[in-house]
Amino acid sequence: MLNYIVRRSIAMPFILLGIVTMAFLLTAITKGDPLTAVVSEQQLNNPEIVAAARQRWGLDRPLPERYLIYVGNLLKGDMGTSFVTRRPVSTDLMARLPATFELVISAMIIGSVIGIVFGLLAAYYRDTAIDQSARIFSLFGSSVPIFWLGLALLFLFSVKYQILPGPGRIDPRMSPPPVVTGFMTIDTLLAGNLAAFKDALSHLILPSIVLGWTVAGTISRLVRANMLEVMEREFILTARAKGAGELRVVLRHAFRNILVPVLTVISYSFAYLITGAVLTEAVFAWPGMGSYAVTAARSLDFPAIIGVTIVGGVMFLITNLLTDIAYVLANPRVRLN
Amino acid sequence: MSVADAKGPASASEPLLRIRDLKVGFSSHGKTLPAVRGLDVELSKGEVLGIVGESGSGKSLGMLASLGLQARNAVVSGSVVFKGQELIGRPRRDMRALRGSEISMIFQDPLSSLNPVMTVGDQIREALLLHTKSMTKAQATARVLELLQLVAIPQPDRRINQYPHEFSGGMRQRVMIAMAIANNPELLVADEPTTALDVTVQAQIMRMLRDLKEKLGLALILITHDLGVVAGHADRVAVIYAGLVIEEAEVRELFANPRHPYTRGLIASIPKLTASKDKLYSIPGAPPMLGALPEGCAFHPRCSFAQDVCRKVAPATIELGRHRASCHFAETLPPWGESARAAQSEEPAHG
Amino acid sequence: MPLSSVQASSPARLRLPEWASPAFLVGGVVVLFWLVATLFPTWLAPYDPLKLAGRRLQAPNASYLLGTDALGRDVLSRTIHGAQHSLPIALLVVVSAVVIGSAAGAISGYRGGIIGAAIMRLVDITLSFPPILLAMAVAASLGPGLGNAAIAMVVVWWPVYARLMRAQVLEVREREHVEAAVAAGAGHFRILTKHILPLCWTPILISATMDLGQVILLAASLSFIGLGATPPTPEWGAMISDGATFFYSWWIAFGPGMAILTAVLGFNFIGDGLRDYFDPRSSK
Repeated sequence: MLNYIVRRSIAMPFILLGIVTMAFLLTAITKGDPLTAVVSEQQLNNPEIVAAARQRWGLDRPLPERYLIYVGNLLKGDMGTSFVTRRPVSTDLMARLPATFELVISAMIIGSVIGIVFGLLAAYYRDTAIDQSARIFSLFGSSVPIFWLGLALLFLFSVKYQILPGPGRIDPRMSPPPVVTGFMTIDTLLAGNLAAFKDALSHLILPSIVLGWTVAGTISRLVRANMLEVMEREFILTARAKGAGELRVVLRHAFRNILVPVLTVISYSFAYLITGAVLTEAVFAWPGMGSYAVTAARSLDFPAIIGVTIVGGVMFLITNLLTDIAYVLANPRVRLN
Repeated sequence: MSVADAKGPASASEPLLRIRDLKVGFSSHGKTLPAVRGLDVELSKGEVLGIVGESGSGKSLGMLASLGLQARNAVVSGSVVFKGQELIGRPRRDMRALRGSEISMIFQDPLSSLNPVMTVGDQIREALLLHTKSMTKAQATARVLELLQLVAIPQPDRRINQYPHEFSGGMRQRVMIAMAIANNPELLVADEPTTALDVTVQAQIMRMLRDLKEKLGLALILITHDLGVVAGHADRVAVIYAGLVIEEAEVRELFANPRHPYTRGLIASIPKLTASKDKLYSIPGAPPMLGALPEGCAFHPRCSFAQDVCRKVAPATIELGRHRASCHFAETLPPWGESARAAQSEEPAHG
Repeated sequence: MPLSSVQASSPARLRLPEWASPAFLVGGVVVLFWLVATLFPTWLAPYDPLKLAGRRLQAPNASYLLGTDALGRDVLSRTIHGAQHSLPIALLVVVSAVVIGSAAGAISGYRGGIIGAAIMRLVDITLSFPPILLAMAVAASLGPGLGNAAIAMVVVWWPVYARLMRAQVLEVREREHVEAAVAAGAGHFRILTKHILPLCWTPILISATMDLGQVILLAASLSFIGLGATPPTPEWGAMISDGATFFYSWWIAFGPGMAILTAVLGFNFIGDGLRDYFDPRSSK
């Protein structure tokens, strides 16, 4: 198993190269002048900028050479300049990454907790109304258009009942804390501003629920199926014969045995969370990578789109690798081999 | 509550465990399928009772139900009195306090009976901490080491941190035993404790159970399908067929003078070193399906002595001293001796 | 306990064929409704989806059941007409992805070698992107429009089937009847098409049914972002995007949102039913 992880780590750079190649091909298929992939329409008439771009991206060279230049630029961290913000894409992305992480992580926590609790309940009360409700809840989560759910909840809780704040990360009337980690909740705490912390937290609730819901269903169904299997095993009877209570039997004895598949599905759900984050951020005006991608796509800001895509792919790769490592750590039988 | 409570603690003459008319059924589509149809057994302090029957006869089910460990869709009725206290219908909390402290259980397959993702030490420690709230973790660990020593597991201080899959079959069963005796129970129920083990290991485990019984003053219920196991280790034997005790006697009496044709069939089918393999006897037919019990005596379709009365009337229990049997012909069956035994072995067909 | 797993038999008066589980039937009815809406929208829609039908931004009322949008168009009529822009695209995308993916997967699984390995690396790389980001990037590179969005979705989706098909072919290839065919001197093409592929379709079919719903979702997402359908097309995702602009007129987004939800649920139910029927072990 350790061997496997080593092999996976060695394969990483190659897949990364594949991702970059794919991204390059995307710029190459862009209709018309490849210049449109690096220079915005308004600037195409400016000969200085056009010449500089040609020089930097080697646009007058043949395709293979352009590819090498492209990869070289990427290695230097140069993903081009956004047409919209006029800043380097890498700078933009670095500034927006923490917001996305904050959202995805809190959605992952909410989604996992809801998914696990519902899955446990559905399995324990199998074939009852509880089980059916959990099933409907999970089906709804994987079938609802997330951007619509976001709008609907925003309308209900923010406009109609005014329980929760509207879009954004923090009330615009509040002065944001100095950026340390980039996580609004942590930064407000570090600044010792409790009111701002509360506000940031309440802004996080709705988008996290919307995003978490989409993965909660998958997690709950997996938890349910695995729990049904484990609860039939003999060591459950041993635990009960020992005098353990039902809560202890379910959590400590049964659930610990399905931790590995649960961890696996949670980390793979990261893929859905990134996908969902793009749309959730767009609806909630969340200043992360997703809304950046959407703005870029709407204004055909190619360097930005390609940059986000590459970073998304890299995040995927890393998560999958971490999943494998977590898998090894969680499973004593694998660990010892 | 019950009458037994009113009388206070059990008197010396009262049995440790008395099961009366215990019934376990499974409700399915509005009907109740009977699996245990009225179990009657008694057990005194320090005694070893063998409960023998084929798989599906209800022998394990009855004991599990006595401890409140039946499946959720099971319906349990009857009476189980332990140390003067009625267990059927007691609150689940009380039953939990009893299980693992005063009554313990071990099971057939020690690999599947141990939690694969908890260390052996954690599992035994849990049994201790569940019942002695005041115990510190260090005290529990010391006691676990002591227990592992008691069940003769070498290098306990190393073994305590290992997982079940690092143990051999026999060692795992010792772990189960250590867990079961952790709280000095008065009754240990061993459900097929050696069936999943190698023959040589079987003997070791049985000897260990016997030793522990002497050392700790345990009463032991030995549930098995194998009369051979019971022969060497039980004081008394109850034979179960289709959810009923069909014969019960002191072990020597039972083997010398079996009064039920089913018991006779079981005895005849114990493999002997002297008998050639191809002559190994087995009772013809198969035990009845749940919910498809034959009328009259449940054993009659497989019985070579069956008469018309057996097909119509369920036999009453006939008591002959401390020997009881439920057969219309319990008193009139031909005497049991080498000749009858041989005859049964050679003539497996119906009479 | 073996007894607890006994399934309740359906009452005698309601004897359905085995494949027709309740979930399957519910999904079937919903999908049938949207099929009718796709083929004959004018039967169901009370107004023209593109023309002014009444006063703008009316809340749902008796004559406009789902209200009117910012241009005074009837939301219900637009929602019904929207099926035309979702279902055929979803079908086209899934069929293309199945054809391309299955072909690639079959070749990779059957031939192996450099070509097979190359195909699988391409699959790995494509699948290592978050689907929506890759779809956005491709769609943006090709330019906005439903057709380009469809191409983008095929690019994202074919590797799923390539993986599925490859696993199937690898398994079936080892069976005895295939060895017999090889021994009998059958050609590769014949072995693949006659002896292997016919046994590989079940999981692909189930997966494709479920994916119809997922593709509807993705297509709507791309349109919501502005990379799919362009105004005034009554596409569901684009309509919700309109609704987001007129946030306080919640009904503009309600109709198309419910449409997507029911259509996706419908396909999921059918897929669930198919899986239960073909592979009872997977459902517990």
